[in-house]
Amino acid sequence: MQDVVLALLAKEPSHGYDLRRRLVAALGPLGETLNVGQVYVTLTRLEKAGLVVQEREDTPVRGPRRKVYALTAAGQERVVAWMAEGAGPKADVTEFHLKLVAAAESGLADPLALVDARRRELLRSLAEVQRAVLAHDTNSEAGLLLEGIALRWQAELRWLEACERTWSARGKSGGNA
Amino acid sequence: MSRLVGGRARRTGAGGPALRPGAEPVLRATALSRVYGRGESLVRAVDGVDLDVPAGQTLAVTGPSGCGKSTLLQLLGGLDRPTGGQVRLAGRRIDHLGERALAGLRRRGIGFVFQDFHLMDELSAAENVELPALLAGASPRTARDRAAAILDRVGLAGRARHLPSELSGGQRQRVAIARALVNEPLVVLADEPTGNLDSAATHDILRLFGELRAAGQTLVVVTHDERVAATADRVVSLRDGTLVDDTRLGETTPLGALLSWEG
Repeated sequence: MQDVVLALLAKEPSHGYDLRRRLVAALGPLGETLNVGQVYVTLTRLEKAGLVVQEREDTPVRGPRRKVYALTAAGQERVVAWMAEGAGPKADVTEFHLKLVAAAESGLADPLALVDARRRELLRSLAEVQRAVLAHDTNSEAGLLLEGIALRWQAELRWLEACERTWSARGKSGGNA
Repeated sequence: MSRLVGGRARRTGAGGPALRPGAEPVLRATALSRVYGRGESLVRAVDGVDLDVPAGQTLAVTGPSGCGKSTLLQLLGGLDRPTGGQVRLAGRRIDHLGERALAGLRRRGIGFVFQDFHLMDELSAAENVELPALLAGASPRTARDRAAAILDRVGLAGRARHLPSELSGGQRQRVAIARALVNEPLVVLADEPTGNLDSAATHDILRLFGELRAAGQTLVVVTHDERVAATADRVVSLRDGTLVDDTRLGETTPLGALLSWEG
């Protein structure tokens, strides 16, 4: 979650409540249990690591002045590195989804380019497992596990098609404001 | 495995083109387009595709339904004519050939495999395989010998006399693949070859494709099934008639990396 929070701050300095609101918007029902305390715990850790700093909000439109967090140069560097690195074979759907959202919001990476890279990465992983599937007896224990892994990656590749459609439509309509 | 596909030496069939594989890609599409309709109902099924398929490559063409992948395959195989661009088979333009020349070419240079097998229901497995050999001018005896040998290699020697209706879907598709191979084509073009098969039969067909690939057969497979595509050397993706991705599956992630042993 640290990388996601950092990436959301790349758009503009923000406070914990706003970060939680943006995360919940991206996560839907999966974000129901996310509370603002957890977000502040993450922000505190990032601050200790020197990746974010606290700033005072200049003049709030209404209500009290809140702590606003901003990326440091090191934080900015880490976000850029996170955007560029592959998700890896073990990454789950939520993690990659949040990366796409953060990429689009921050403008630091093109979501469609990330989808393409992920597709290549998954196809290569699927190639490896599919080769193993064909070399093993489906009724063996090993064959059964390989079948499960192949089906999971196939499902994720199909989901990437949906990602591609949605993000390319948003790209054409000028973002997701 | 090299016995599965015989030597693809130069052949000069009666009236047919001289097909000579060499440094040229087996298949080359240049600015290939196929447009249907006109005006407001104009559909660009294939829209400016450039594609080289080198000898011995297994290429998968993927994309959502309606992306133009089947149309592309038909253009590559001379089953449909492009409205723009060129198709070359072993260096020779085939997109503007006359009907007769095209028919000869489809018989000798290209093997087709379809989703619903396209076997002749009233002919036995062996007769289905012999037919294209006979049409290409082989003697009945040669056709019979070749069909028997190929059926043996696709694991159907014991089913040669069966009618398609007496075979499972996977077996029918293996007959269709044997038929596609009987004239030792330069390239086999397969359109959703596992689309009507269950997963066990799909695995059988993929293993067979693996053997063809090991024997150096050039193969183009159109599929919406990511697991079928993942068995190819290379995967291209089509969207709205345009190639949007071209991935080589050479380097892969070792499966051992998936396990994190936290003991």
